[in-house]
Amino acid sequence: MKSVIAENLVKTYNKGSVRALDGLSLEVEEGTVLGVLGPNGAGKTTTVRILATLLNPDSGHASVGGIDVLKSPSEVRKIIGLSGQYAAVDETLTGWDNLVMFGRLYHLNANAAKARAEELLEQFSLSESGKRPIRTYSGGMRRRLDLAASLIVKPKVLFLDEPTTGLDPRGRQEMWGVIDELVKGGVTILLTTQYLEEADQLADEIAVIDHGKVIARGTSDQLKLQVGGERLEIIVENQHLNATNEIVARISGSATSIDEGMRQVSAPVTTGSKALIEAARALDEAGIHPLDIGLKRPSLDDVFLSLTGHVAEEKKEEEPTDPREKRRRIKEAKKGAKK
Amino acid sequence: MTAITDALVIMKRQLLQLVRVPEVLIFSTIQPVMFVLLFRYVFGGSISSGQPGGYVQLLMPGIFVQTVAFTLAGTAVGLAADMQKGLIDRFRSLPISRGAVVFGRTLGDAALNVVVLGVMGFAGFVVGWRPSSGFVHIVFGFLFLLVFGFAMSWIGVIIGLSVREERVAQNLVFISVFPLTFLSNAFAPTTGMPKALQYFAEWNPVSTMVAACRELFGLKNEFGATAGSFPSSHPLVMSLIYMVLIMAVFMPISIRKYIKAANK
Ligand SMILES: Nc1ncnc2c1ncn2[C@@H]1O[C@H](COP(=O)(O)OP(=O)(O)OP(=O)(O)O)[C@@H](O)[C@H]1O
Ligand SMILES: [Mg+2]
Repeated sequence: MKSVIAENLVKTYNKGSVRALDGLSLEVEEGTVLGVLGPNGAGKTTTVRILATLLNPDSGHASVGGIDVLKSPSEVRKIIGLSGQYAAVDETLTGWDNLVMFGRLYHLNANAAKARAEELLEQFSLSESGKRPIRTYSGGMRRRLDLAASLIVKPKVLFLDEPTTGLDPRGRQEMWGVIDELVKGGVTILLTTQYLEEADQLADEIAVIDHGKVIARGTSDQLKLQVGGERLEIIVENQHLNATNEIVARISGSATSIDEGMRQVSAPVTTGSKALIEAARALDEAGIHPLDIGLKRPSLDDVFLSLTGHVAEEKKEEEPTDPREKRRRIKEAKKGAKK
Repeated sequence: MTAITDALVIMKRQLLQLVRVPEVLIFSTIQPVMFVLLFRYVFGGSISSGQPGGYVQLLMPGIFVQTVAFTLAGTAVGLAADMQKGLIDRFRSLPISRGAVVFGRTLGDAALNVVVLGVMGFAGFVVGWRPSSGFVHIVFGFLFLLVFGFAMSWIGVIIGLSVREERVAQNLVFISVFPLTFLSNAFAPTTGMPKALQYFAEWNPVSTMVAACRELFGLKNEFGATAGSFPSSHPLVMSLIYMVLIMAVFMPISIRKYIKAANK
């Protein structure tokens, strides 16, 4: 069953001059995690806000847990949890105060709200700081408390808007651990992120969005494959460029590219670190000392570059005006991405 | 039923803020008390009141009304801050009744007023304020002030939800409410004003409120009853009309505004 369905969502701001969502469609299977991956301004927050009943789209449909978001927003609110892009808690109150307040607003009685607050503080390693005002919390603690507040009544569907942006590596790891736990508990999660690595780590499926549209979707392996996998990159002195190129070509078995300005030779490889070791050995035998040698994994930049570059061309040539036709093409594009 | 409990939870949050950051309460009482002292001793000597007990008898209702009129500042700034911090978004994503957040806020501000009025009344008493109308009337007077503050609070809701920016809310309220409280009979007779201003001052809700409170605290209203116009001869009735009018207009608009608040 699909827990979240968004169909052809359109949302414009400033009387139509900003097109935040431009026919966005996505689905999340029950009990799975969908990572919505996109750069600044792609429309991630707008999507989350529409699905969490905070914003009405100009057109399109959405349902959460089988309930129509536009027709019965108050029913949807009973089954969702939302942790927005910026921690939204009362800064003057303590962590404990906040959780009790939100518990009461979820209509727990006073004792139940207190018990739940205690439990959540414990679960999120905030027991000790629970009695301090949020003002004094670090960014990571704030984020965790914000997430705790959205879990008071175990939600069926959880929306997390960039849950780790602004956290240091340790904070990020902690947050990932927390989210992993939730997934094990069977919650359906839609999370947004700017990091491929994060989507990779947490999501069962990834939807890449740009300019308010889903431009690709699939598992992270599928997406990476589409971008072309890892590349071997070697920087050498100018006089060794040609010799290096031959070595790289032999190891990679596919077309190499030479950047003379950067003094760099690179080529796609499929054997990972094995290729790296082979190359290093071959260079050594040939008496070439590389200035730099490494494997480059495809980054979000690469994914975008290859995906957006592709779509932009298509769009310029023949942008269908009929919305049904548009939707059909988006579906096709999605199928393409899945292959 | 849950609508009421939801609103009470929000109100309790605000009172809890006062416990966690007591400075807020201290500053919101220091200012009016300072006003009492300043006016009492700076102008008290030069404004002839014609009242037994002197200027302070007329002054206190004036300052009470000015203070509760400024309730809308607290409401506006508080809501603008909640908006800015995304707290309103979170509230809107919860399964709570739609008016709960704004009702909770206005009730919380009214509760704060209970404390502020209490402290001011005490300060007034110390500097010679002696309401002479008897217990029931005095309690009535204070209730009247609380309801007026509550009504003003609803104007603050709209300002707070519209500007979405704490400091803008603060300034906007300041430049609009301050003149209103001075273009009135609160501190000096309106008879010294130019004719047009006199007219305005007479219909000004602040004036009718002040005049009504003076009546309820047992004074003749010496400031401002000039032409025998309706508001100056029936200040109590006129004030009630104003309060009902403000609430009837601003409550529905405010709640609507809240529901749509972030939907832009
Ligand atoms: N209230 C608003 N008024 C006008 N434009 C807006 C508003 N909110 C968002 N936008 C615009 O809509 C587009 C999508 O914004 P959105 O916040 O959904 O992006 P995002 O993917 O969440 O970006 P980020 O990674 O920066 O959080 C952007 O171009 C943004 O400028
Ligand atoms: Mg965002």
